[in-house]
Amino acid sequence: MTDFFTFVRDHADKLLEQTLTHIGLTFLSLLVALLIGVPLGILIARRQRLAGGVLGVAGVLQTVPSVALLGFLIPVLGIGIGPALVALFLYALLPIIRNTYVGITEVSPSVKEAARGLGMTPNQVLTRVEFPLALPVIFAGIRTATVINVGVATLAAYVAAGGLGEFIFSGIALSNVNMMLAGAIPAALLAVGFDFGLARLQQLSGRKLRVGALAFVALVPFISAFYLLPGRQDKLIAGFAHEFYGRTDGYPGLQKTYGLQLRPRLIDQNLMYEAIHRGQVDIISGYSTDGRINAFDLLVLDDNRHAFPPYAAAPVIRKATLNRYPDLEPTLNKLAGKLTDSVMTALNYRVDYQKESPEKVARDFLNQTGLYKKPSSVNRTETVVVGTKVFTEQYILAELYRQLIEGQTNLRVVTKTGLGGTQICFDALRTGTIDFYPEYTGTGLLVIMQPPAETLQQLPMQTDSVYQFVQQQFQARYQMDWLKPLGFNNSYCLMMRREQARQLGIRSIEDLVRYLDPK
Amino acid sequence: MIELRDLTKQFAGHTAVDGVSLHVGQGETLVLLGTSGCGKTTTLKMINRLIEPTSGSIRVDGIDVRQQPGPEFRRRIGYVIQDGGLFPHYTVAEAIATVPKLLGWEADVIQARTRELMAKLQLPETVLSRYPGELSGGQRQRIGLARALAARPPVVLMDEPFGALDPFTRRHVRRELFGLNELRETTVVLVTHDVSEALELADRIALMDKGRIIQIGSPDELLNQPATDFVREFLDDKPHRLHD
Repeated sequence: MTDFFTFVRDHADKLLEQTLTHIGLTFLSLLVALLIGVPLGILIARRQRLAGGVLGVAGVLQTVPSVALLGFLIPVLGIGIGPALVALFLYALLPIIRNTYVGITEVSPSVKEAARGLGMTPNQVLTRVEFPLALPVIFAGIRTATVINVGVATLAAYVAAGGLGEFIFSGIALSNVNMMLAGAIPAALLAVGFDFGLARLQQLSGRKLRVGALAFVALVPFISAFYLLPGRQDKLIAGFAHEFYGRTDGYPGLQKTYGLQLRPRLIDQNLMYEAIHRGQVDIISGYSTDGRINAFDLLVLDDNRHAFPPYAAAPVIRKATLNRYPDLEPTLNKLAGKLTDSVMTALNYRVDYQKESPEKVARDFLNQTGLYKKPSSVNRTETVVVGTKVFTEQYILAELYRQLIEGQTNLRVVTKTGLGGTQICFDALRTGTIDFYPEYTGTGLLVIMQPPAETLQQLPMQTDSVYQFVQQQFQARYQMDWLKPLGFNNSYCLMMRREQARQLGIRSIEDLVRYLDPK
Repeated sequence: MIELRDLTKQFAGHTAVDGVSLHVGQGETLVLLGTSGCGKTTTLKMINRLIEPTSGSIRVDGIDVRQQPGPEFRRRIGYVIQDGGLFPHYTVAEAIATVPKLLGWEADVIQARTRELMAKLQLPETVLSRYPGELSGGQRQRIGLARALAARPPVVLMDEPFGALDPFTRRHVRRELFGLNELRETTVVLVTHDVSEALELADRIALMDKGRIIQIGSPDELLNQPATDFVREFLDDKPHRLHD
């Protein structure tokens, strides 16, 4: 519990900014929903034929799950406040239209007739009689919409629109309970607080309610302006994945090593590339061999101070397998150093964006490097099993290994390409379910071994030193060997659009820091 | 003052009012009497154009009612409905000021007129700030009438104005209200199904059935020279109530 308060105290600035953004988003969407929903409710109360259709459409929109709704909106509106605002607006619409409609149609017919009988015009009947009498019901709708929106606004953090969802989703990505609660508790308090406050307002009678409700509605535009309060006038806008933002080897590491100061927007990591491509952000976090680097013409900023631990890829193999098949080690090592960052990125690009099969991409590569041999038609009795995690790069590597081994040796290769994560892969290797799989040195160090902090501090974060460290440790602890590195590093990195980086003369993270804060 | 000529109203194939012609003189009180569904309320609402007739004409003060916009025309015709038809969100003072405000009267004129009406209706001024929900049924009915009379209309239309009151209060309130000089000088058309009310208040009664006027005349004429058996039966049905 004290951890929680420490976290909140340490992140008070960020928390305040998120809360203001959250409230701003909620009320901005509420304002738009009021401006459109109330007139629409009045219209369908006047023309009952339209009521079924309008309420039906609003009702269907209401039942679309919020994540799915964002999914529909992102291709159209990109990321940022646009899709968040539209989604929130759509959710707020139904309670407001429906309650306006119900409130007005439920005004007693004798009262409406009396109003006409006294000589009021249709507009006067609406503004002086129907609307004031419907106001308590309309206000109940506004209250419902507000509470729904406080909840749904947490999802804005998926699309870089900010709000308390930033802490919630970062907390989930990092399994950091305190961070999660630092977002969840204020979000819950906001919902309960608004509900309570508006309920109190709703209980006022007659004129007081009308004055109170009008005052509230008049306040909405001002509260909406909270969204603009946290300044967003940075020279360059950064959009980081939630996990990157919180992991010590991610953004905090950059801050420590380079003194980099950004106010990053947090965004789902799969939307990040799309966002930088569309120019909605200028800097993103990512992985250095992602095919989208080519697809979107991005530049990976040079990390010459090694803030990011190296994630050099190399096959991790059981000692027992090496001993049984002496051919295997020299065969696998033929790939050593052949796959540089740019080569691997290009291969990933061909599979992810040009929709070629990993099998074909692997064969083309082996052909080009002269490593391809047509498998001889011997009777293959001995089998090795290659495992992979579930992403493109690993599928390509598994194909490379399969074709390489079957071309050069008499072994049969079976690929197991569905091992969910690092831990699952590693366990399969340890139990002998698989014989080897491609792993990254950084992952071996930080996820599998998880050495104490002092050990990590003493270890230089260089490709070679980390490789040697995990190699020794794996041999000693697990009877496993790291064969020679393939050549590429699939590590965290910062990227910019190549064109913009060129214009600003930025090549490395150091350049970026200098550009942001020229002394 | 009011002249209906051959007035007919059809709703989706059903004839609610069928060729009604009648005349109401200045200061006269005409009661439209009949069972529910006989067309009396429809006839009344056609007079102030809450319902537009299918055919026929209506003249008020010699002018065809269709020559002017409905809302403006209705501001000069008082209108009272069951239970007053008061707006729940208007105080008594606001209710009485409704039509004068629509007509653009000055605030002090409205205030003076409100005081005058409150005095005539023998209501304490403390009532002015109350909402309809805080009033008794009899008070609501008085306020409903005060609202209708506020702008001194030459004609007042009443649709079952005492329908929501219990029989005792009803007699009491209507005697009191119809004793007012203001109302006596005004031309009144009143709709009711209550025979004793009709006999007590009417200068003339128009007895309606199935959209037509069966007989029109003074209460004595209808009692003593009923035109048809229907008229006799309708009036005879409740004679004991007349004299209790």
